[in-house]
Amino acid sequence: MSGASRRHPFLPNLDDDFVGRMLRRVGAATLDDLFSDIPRDMKLGRALRLPEGGSEYSVRREIQARLRQNKTPPETLCFLGGGVWPHYVPAAVESITSRQEFYTSYTPYQAEVSQGVLQALFEYQSLMCDLLGMEACNSSLYDWASAAGEAVRMAGRVTGRSKALLGGNTGPQRRGVIKTYTEPMGMTLETVDFDRATGRTDREDLRRKLSEDVACLYFENPNYFGVIEDDAAELVSLVHGSGALAVAGVDPISLSLIREPGAYGADIAVGEGQPLGIPMNYGGPHLGIFAAKDIKLARSMPGRLIGLTTPVADQQRKAFAMVLQAREQHIRREGAMSNVCTNQSLMAVAAASYLSLLGKEGFRRLGETVIANSHFAAKRLSRIDGVVSPHFKGSFFKEFVVSYKEAKAESVFGKLAKRGVLAGSPTHREVGSQSGLYCVTEVHTRDDVEKLAAALAEAV
Amino acid sequence: MRKYTQASWDEPLLKELSRPGRVGNSVPSDPVISSRFKDPLSLVPQSMRRASLNLPELSELQVLRHFNRLSQMNFSVELGMYPLGSCTMKYNPKVSEMIASSDAMKGAHPLQPPETVQGILSIFYDLERALSEITGMHRFSLSTAAGAQGELAGVLMMRKYLAEHGGSARDEILVPDSAHGTNPASAAMAGFKVVKVPSEADGQVRASRVKELSSEKTAGMMFTVPNTLGLFEGEVKEVCDAVHEAGGLMYYDGANMNALLGRARPGDMGFDVMHLNLHKTFATPHGGGGPGAGPVGATRKLADYLPVPVVAKRKAGYSLDYGLKRTIGPLKGFVGNSAVLLRAYIYIRLLGASGLRDVSSMAVLAANYLWKSLDPESFPASHDAKLLRKHEAVVSVKGELPGSAMTVAKAILDLGMHAPTVYFPLIVHEALMIEPTESEPEEMLDEYAAALNDIYAKLKGGALGQVPKNTSVGKVDEVKASHPLTLRIHW
Repeated sequence: MSGASRRHPFLPNLDDDFVGRMLRRVGAATLDDLFSDIPRDMKLGRALRLPEGGSEYSVRREIQARLRQNKTPPETLCFLGGGVWPHYVPAAVESITSRQEFYTSYTPYQAEVSQGVLQALFEYQSLMCDLLGMEACNSSLYDWASAAGEAVRMAGRVTGRSKALLGGNTGPQRRGVIKTYTEPMGMTLETVDFDRATGRTDREDLRRKLSEDVACLYFENPNYFGVIEDDAAELVSLVHGSGALAVAGVDPISLSLIREPGAYGADIAVGEGQPLGIPMNYGGPHLGIFAAKDIKLARSMPGRLIGLTTPVADQQRKAFAMVLQAREQHIRREGAMSNVCTNQSLMAVAAASYLSLLGKEGFRRLGETVIANSHFAAKRLSRIDGVVSPHFKGSFFKEFVVSYKEAKAESVFGKLAKRGVLAGSPTHREVGSQSGLYCVTEVHTRDDVEKLAAALAEAV
Repeated sequence: MRKYTQASWDEPLLKELSRPGRVGNSVPSDPVISSRFKDPLSLVPQSMRRASLNLPELSELQVLRHFNRLSQMNFSVELGMYPLGSCTMKYNPKVSEMIASSDAMKGAHPLQPPETVQGILSIFYDLERALSEITGMHRFSLSTAAGAQGELAGVLMMRKYLAEHGGSARDEILVPDSAHGTNPASAAMAGFKVVKVPSEADGQVRASRVKELSSEKTAGMMFTVPNTLGLFEGEVKEVCDAVHEAGGLMYYDGANMNALLGRARPGDMGFDVMHLNLHKTFATPHGGGGPGAGPVGATRKLADYLPVPVVAKRKAGYSLDYGLKRTIGPLKGFVGNSAVLLRAYIYIRLLGASGLRDVSSMAVLAANYLWKSLDPESFPASHDAKLLRKHEAVVSVKGELPGSAMTVAKAILDLGMHAPTVYFPLIVHEALMIEPTESEPEEMLDEYAAALNDIYAKLKGGALGQVPKNTSVGKVDEVKASHPLTLRIHW
């Protein structure tokens, strides 16, 4: 295409008339002249080796066709978990997050024209504080794993100690990211065993490993196996006894029935906000939850915080603004608590609208449905020959490990997928080569569980 | 100037709207299963049962009204011009939202076997190839969730590469004083000491200065091109050479890549590792602060150090490769911000090779045009006015009045337009950093420039009055926001 009569829906000034007039004001003769400050030997000097642009229709048609190769619900059943879980996203949540006012704006640097997202994020902080039993929640990090990484770094910073203990029942995704995040600080990680029968954290091993150089224990509740710690308060008091911090990683849906981290004394709570109205989206965008038990700790927190204030000239009216910005990179630069800038705000708005829709009653009912469905499913699978379900004796919430007497986990996982059932992601590193993780939530019907059971009976 | 009044609802907090006995969504429940588990709470160990749950109680319509009202008090790209410098607030194509909302995307679980997600994996693969071609890098990892996470990945890669090549004593990273705050913060997170490189009177970094500051302690340098002043760094190649000669590596901050699409590539300038901000250059929505995506790219030399997973194409099809030989490890739990990556790929396909080049031409044209439309007496250029600008221009608000940039910013909000970035870069006095992007029509650029010129005249003449006054709330008390500090509401 030559310069004449060019048009593109995203480029309002592409036509020669506009270009000519605008170049005159700039004092340049051609568009190429605008790039005369780039040394010649650095210019590309050829067209990019990419296809030419397509029409909206043709691109949409092609990409939708490609996406349809993905096997997803409702045609495929998904019982996968491990840190991303299938939950229902209410239509009203999608409606709210589809508001262009929310999704085409950016970080609320100008508070007066950004009260909408500021208040929504403040509501998110308040709701999450209630749910977690914490006093300060930031307005989001990238995901659970990076929030866990930031939490362990923060524990190192606050205590001045260089070792972190990790539950052996921690999800491999969190474990991997914590390692990447903490290694450059010179922190070392040590694993605390779990009880092979119950799947819970081994108290005795924790006692042995606590010492004066331990900055924190990071533990998940429910843990990677879906198992609930039976006395998290005791774990936390052991940790506090050695002057370390307790960092709890949670699935927020479980807090409908299970005690909140603040109630058992955790200093920092992190978690994955994805089940709060955010689609699984093949891995993201999700929502890293990060909260601290008090304002003192909040001052060492990473991430943006929104505070309540008023307009200068109207003391009766609420207004919201970003606060404690001196912790952040744009002010403190190399002294900042973290480098985080762009976060997951829209996902926090989703979570705030989700929690307010479900509300006190709906959220509790959701928890009851989830725990009942998962127990129903675990029991149903236990009737299959060659299957132990659940593998661990500890109480569980919505996920559980199933082990196979004969079959290898990889083989079962593959066979199930061929039958249109996504379930049993292998847990070989943590449990053994003949076990997989299953997740059952409110989206699964009795019929779905029967289909899972039938497929598993053939796969083992 | 047209009149503007932003919606102002004085909207209560959710919890003030709550009344016991309401619910906003119906939760499924199977009668057979619930008859079998009559007391589901008993499945939780007694010591771990939640004592009380404090969430608001509202109907579905109440929740919708609440958030819709809030949304009306939020300025956005689809409402008006949003020339926030360094943020590239361009148009976000609607069709990307439509495609990304399909069940085939939303319902995919990141642990699915690769053969069940060939659709999205093939898109990842093509995106990764396209980004490599656009930047001249060998390979990208799409896993990092935002620009700052891409930076962290990049400097960790440099650190690991050096450690494996006898350079573990190299613990300093050079960062120009004009750099985004994320650069020094990322370097510090990766365990480096930050050495500040002063920019010269013309706003650029000189290779001679970099040479002076480089030593056997230098791990490398983070360099933003064009820089945050909107200037192409004329000595970029010599700077790369200087750092390489000292034994260090070069990191390219791709935040401002919108200026260079199809024109120049960091890989050809001598950079070893870089990130892109897909929410800036590749038109994915900024989401009120996020999500973004910050893929990290590397030349062949450093490609094995990329964060996992990376996308692989083999005979059996596409898959995620976690086994990269020298990887720094994962930085995100699962894959990446996939739905953001999908949107960026759609954008690349909608523009194509010449369209992307047009994007940078139009972005640079708009930035220079708007800058030249400002009264240079009121808004003197931060640096040499004879130099071309790239994606953005930085000006000062003339006069020594402290706070004048903030006043100008608040005044333009009153006209239904977003303010430029203010007080950044830190090296510019009363800075306004203006990045109009390629999305604004000529007449909108005229209107914006006229508004700024008019505001300055009023400011100088003492006729501006209290600003802002047409926004949802008047000037927000940011001091009070921290004293006392209220981060949540108690209920």
